[in-house]
Amino acid sequence: MLKNYLKIAFKVFLRRKFFTFISLFGIALTLIVLVVAVALWDHVFGPQAPEAHADRLLTIYFVHAKGPRGNTNGPAGYAFHDRYVRTLKEPKTVTVHSIFLPVISYRHGTEIKSWVKNVDGEFWQVFRFNFLEGGPFTSDDEKNGNRVAVINQTTRQRFFPGESPIGKAIELEGRPFQVVGVVSDVPMLRFTSFADAWVPISTRKSPMYKTEFENGMFFSTILAKSPADLAKIQEEFKGMLTRIEYPDPKSINHLTGRPETLLDTISQELCNGYLTTAALIAMILFMCLPTINLININVSRIRERSSEIGVRKAFGASSLTLVGQFVIENVVLTLIGGILAFVGSQLVLRTINHSGWIPYAQLTLNPRIFLYGLAIAVFFGLFSGVYPAWKMSRLHPVEALRGRES
Amino acid sequence: MIRLENIDKVYRTDTVETVALSSINLTVQDGEFISVMGPSGSGKSTLLNVIGLLDVPTHGRLSLNGDWISSYRDRALAKIRNQEIGFVFQTFHLITDLNVVDNVEIPLLYRKLPGSQRRKMALEALERVGLTSRAYHFPTQLSGGQQQRVAIARAIVGKPRILLADEPTGNLDSHMGDEIMEILQALNKNDQTTIVMVTHDSRMAERTGRTVRLFDGRQVN
Repeated sequence: MLKNYLKIAFKVFLRRKFFTFISLFGIALTLIVLVVAVALWDHVFGPQAPEAHADRLLTIYFVHAKGPRGNTNGPAGYAFHDRYVRTLKEPKTVTVHSIFLPVISYRHGTEIKSWVKNVDGEFWQVFRFNFLEGGPFTSDDEKNGNRVAVINQTTRQRFFPGESPIGKAIELEGRPFQVVGVVSDVPMLRFTSFADAWVPISTRKSPMYKTEFENGMFFSTILAKSPADLAKIQEEFKGMLTRIEYPDPKSINHLTGRPETLLDTISQELCNGYLTTAALIAMILFMCLPTINLININVSRIRERSSEIGVRKAFGASSLTLVGQFVIENVVLTLIGGILAFVGSQLVLRTINHSGWIPYAQLTLNPRIFLYGLAIAVFFGLFSGVYPAWKMSRLHPVEALRGRES
Repeated sequence: MIRLENIDKVYRTDTVETVALSSINLTVQDGEFISVMGPSGSGKSTLLNVIGLLDVPTHGRLSLNGDWISSYRDRALAKIRNQEIGFVFQTFHLITDLNVVDNVEIPLLYRKLPGSQRRKMALEALERVGLTSRAYHFPTQLSGGQQQRVAIARAIVGKPRILLADEPTGNLDSHMGDEIMEILQALNKNDQTTIVMVTHDSRMAERTGRTVRLFDGRQVN
């Protein structure tokens, strides 16, 4: 029976080339946009290196400070993280690290712009970078203010083309740093760990950062012993906030914040905590457009297929059987659209990766995204096929044989 | 046996009520070949549709092969149509996207039969109408007479006890019409298939065992 359905489905698709093209174009375009969006989402929030164990990571990105002199909202200062986050008991490891900042260097008179991040020794235990050469710097390097640096492979290529940079000096902001390790490029969208070069916090030009409390440019990332500990860590952090001794209570005397994932933080900032829901709603609405188009196209095929429906009913097809047939046809069409979409998505993702629009983007169609896409395609096929199929199956057999819609 | 008791069929719209059939009482014995005649709009096709369970009577009751049709639920009717009845239409109603043998297989798709058995039965049915050599042609590659023979093969492939033919020769020239009548007569004679045939052609009606005449939805003989 399925073979018969597929045979007739393909014949209908070929006979109505324009409708088939419009349907496939709509499905493929929608799926390409969705797959690329999912790939971007996955790139930002998914468990990928160097945040492969994202289920055990929490970061304090922003704190909200209140006091007699007003409110502030942003990354906290080093002193807060060092004094109050680093000393939490529940985490396995805590790393304090700055936001990434641009620095200008010169090589043979050519200006090179790089993004540099100040990190401690624990940073390399919390995040799992792929070292191509050398290794990370240590907590002792951080304590002693050693001018050492880990660079990414693109920076190696820019500063040391064709040679190993280990042990050599790289000039950052006019100061030399000894390269101790080279890691694979981290995409800029991996906002928490991204940089071109990572150097110890203590090598900052000014020691002012040490006293910055509620207002600064530092994050801390917590590695939990297990995913089950995340809630305990959040609870301990909450308790710690009530015991803070504020350095200047006349200015700031209340701090709120929460160790959370990047998704939670962005969700809170943008959509009051409902980013995932908002994204899902947007996705469904976006899918509705081609779905309605497909429903229209399918419904318009009723007149053309009414004789077939009449014949099938006359020879024993129940309405339910016909619904099955037309839904199968639609799912086949959407699966073909899905295959086209995956080919198209691959091209779009490659274009984005090579365009440089997102530095070091490594957008890929991984198996997880492929499964998302497949699920979307099947859902799409069912969603846009059921109503027309139901409408078709309800045709009165006598009217259908006369070639009329009931 | 087909039995109709006091069958009425009325079509209603918001403003008009059309009586298509009125007080029809008819019995067709097993193995009988009857024709239904009457002018256009007299209710011939409606009668055939009611017998074929494609349409539901407004009043009255109907029995097929000894069973009164008590349920007019979609699935129950579909099963009876599939097992007991075969249809031949004036305009053939072949699916042009499928080849001849696939068209003939259609009634068997709704039975739980393996594909190989379906194919075997379809080829056998085509053999009976003399079209084995055209099994893999498409309907548009056949003449009108050949298309109607395919339609007959489709109607008989499931070995139904009742065959309902709605002007099966209406779209054919007299030569092809004769060929179709010969096939129908052979089915009736050899397989004892009960046949009800609607026709305008008194020459064809004369070749059946009995003629039922309708006028304005009423039986007139």
